Amino acid sequence: MALPLDGIIVLEFSQYLSGPCAGLRLADLGARVIKIEHPEKGEAGRKLAIKNLWVDNSSLLFHTINRNKESFAADLNNEEDMQWLRKLIARADVIIHNFRPGVMERKGLGYEAVKEIRPSIVYTRISGYGEAGPWKNKPGQDLLVQSLSGLAYTTGSGGEAPVPLGLGIGDYLCGNQAVQFIIAALIKVRKTGRGTLLQLSLMESLIDFQFEFFTTYFQSRRAPERARFNNANALLSAPYGVYQTAGGYIAVAMMPLQALNRALQCPALEAYPEEDAFSKRDEIKRVIAAHLLTQTSHYWLQRAEALDLWIMPVLNWEQMRQSAGYTVLDMEQEIVLDKNRRFTTTRCPVRINGAVIKSGRRAPAVGENNEDIKISLG
Amino acid sequence: MSNLLEDVLVLDFSQFLSGPSASLRLADMGARVIKIEKPGTGDICRMLYVSDVKLDGGESTIFHAINRNKESYTADLKEEASLEAVRKLVARADVMLHNFRPGVMERIGLNYERVKEINSAIIYGEISGYGQEGIWKDLPGQDLLLQAVSGLTYLTGSQEHPPVPMGVAAADIIAGTHLGQGVLAALLQRYQSGRGALVQVSMLESLLDFQFEVLTCYLNDGHQLPERSAVNGAHAYIAAPYGIYRTADGYLAIAMAPVPRLGELLGAEALCRYTQPGDWFTRRDEIKRILKEVLLQKSTQEWLAVLEPADVWCADVSTYHDLERHEGYRLLEMEQWVTSGGKKIKTTRCPVRVNGQLLTSEKGAPLLGEDNERIAREFNL
Repeated sequence: MALPLDGIIVLEFSQYLSGPCAGLRLADLGARVIKIEHPEKGEAGRKLAIKNLWVDNSSLLFHTINRNKESFAADLNNEEDMQWLRKLIARADVIIHNFRPGVMERKGLGYEAVKEIRPSIVYTRISGYGEAGPWKNKPGQDLLVQSLSGLAYTTGSGGEAPVPLGLGIGDYLCGNQAVQFIIAALIKVRKTGRGTLLQLSLMESLIDFQFEFFTTYFQSRRAPERARFNNANALLSAPYGVYQTAGGYIAVAMMPLQALNRALQCPALEAYPEEDAFSKRDEIKRVIAAHLLTQTSHYWLQRAEALDLWIMPVLNWEQMRQSAGYTVLDMEQEIVLDKNRRFTTTRCPVRINGAVIKSGRRAPAVGENNEDIKISLG
Repeated sequence: MSNLLEDVLVLDFSQFLSGPSASLRLADMGARVIKIEKPGTGDICRMLYVSDVKLDGGESTIFHAINRNKESYTADLKEEASLEAVRKLVARADVMLHNFRPGVMERIGLNYERVKEINSAIIYGEISGYGQEGIWKDLPGQDLLLQAVSGLTYLTGSQEHPPVPMGVAAADIIAGTHLGQGVLAALLQRYQSGRGALVQVSMLESLLDFQFEVLTCYLNDGHQLPERSAVNGAHAYIAAPYGIYRTADGYLAIAMAPVPRLGELLGAEALCRYTQPGDWFTRRDEIKRILKEVLLQKSTQEWLAVLEPADVWCADVSTYHDLERHEGYRLLEMEQWVTSGGKKIKTTRCPVRVNGQLLTSEKGAPLLGEDNERIAREFNL
């Protein structure tokens, strides 16, 4: 299948997640993504493992984020390597880096210098907090940005400590926004021949993520307060939340209280008119919670389905993978490491013309593609 | 405003957040976005009051956040004359987006196969909850429900918590971002091939992608389910000290740090004996319990003064009120004023800078059908 980004060359001077997850998406959409790595050390993410899972000298985590890419080893302090890099840049369409501000400039690979070599380049800089100001040299680490951006106060219930979101969401969103803007900038290159500088930060990405909250805050001047009971979204009224049942948990989304009560048949809930759904949400949610404990999830789900109410079971991955609703998505793919070894990961989440996009190509070893790339550069 | 997508016309039939957040970004990039809305009520989100905060006209603040910089054209898709006008618009559009449940656009006659006959170069983007087939396809694609089904709620919070949803609409926003990626990629390809494309994402697939690192771990570690830390859970797969801790006067976030070094800096002897990095994960709860007691002794500022100069990855934990008074926040210039129906509303801007410029636009969300006449004239509807 011809992929939409076929023919696009991306140079990834990035480490860990924000830049590399952008590179991965561009690769899955058809771009040729070349990681530029230090010849001895390689990308720092190679040494970062979770659950102590290793594929080779690099972690499974690294292999997950960097499949479907090539690697060109180059020491940015070595003039010969830099000459090769400049040749490579002259053919490249996109550069992504997530070094701290100033690092690429000192190596002679800042936007102005690169633009001289390749005027049509889409040059993407990802930082933690923007490129100026008091946070400029603070580590752009996800938990820290979550904490500073107010995000930790959106999750968990009121009265509890702030609860961070349990994934690297700043890195992930920033990388994904970079992908959108890189492709939009490539459209501009195709129309006008002119390149673009893109600047993103984890902080701005996480503020954008909370745009509904911020806009509400700007009007009311009151910070959105998490529900004190089973909070799921500080802005929403009862019954919105996750509830325990006699066996497991169910998620109950937005719906009129008395519509919910048609499924629940809970006498205590009858006392609450819809106007109370926000102002008395904790009280109402406690009434609902006590009632839901009396029957199994299955019982409530059947009743909800009959009434077309927005209620679903809370599943863990094991339960999710056993459902036909999951398998029909065909979301998993195998990556071939060598003759005997493979691992399973997820695929690109976008379908084009009805087809899923899979690629079984593994992540490269450091410098694995140097020779081929040098030959092609002549 | 950015001119990346100058001259690109987007028709957005979607409601709520997933699709509209995608078209918001396209508008930020310079595309012209026309919301196609139902007469009388419009995008249901207009009336989705969040909390107790409404604007003067009774519309919700979140609708304005999501739909700034767009136009509104009302059309009853069940009525032939209106539908004919919409078909004329479709014939001129570069992109159309919708997030109806599977089958709805087929019934209206605006599914991809039919639209392709009117406009073969169109990029047709659709967001569903759970994909286009299978047992879940007709279920409502609602954020909390998708978080629940995707396993995501077992990653946030601590061990003693029930499953904890992320308190922001992650499924909607991430699916919208993925749709934007696919639509733009197809648009780029069209400049060479001249051909349109169908681009599909689902909120479930988007949340699976969001979990790709830890889900891949699960798929290859013998299927061990994630275990949240018993103490100040912040990431089920990351070792101590990772977490948010209470201090004498507030909270402190600490990311990855060598535990004995942390012990030295904090004057906590008990932490210095954890010299094996492997133990920082397997014994994270006991380490974090010790740390929790230690950090209670002093204020956040006192701890930051010790840890930051030593390059330990740590930060204060801000509320919105703290954040907006911070110089770092003010320098980002994340806020902008937009005008909607004569009213000025403050919201946030697009988070990306293009050629050093902020992407801002004073144009607020449209009133329902605000642009009908102008659009009818312009496109001869």
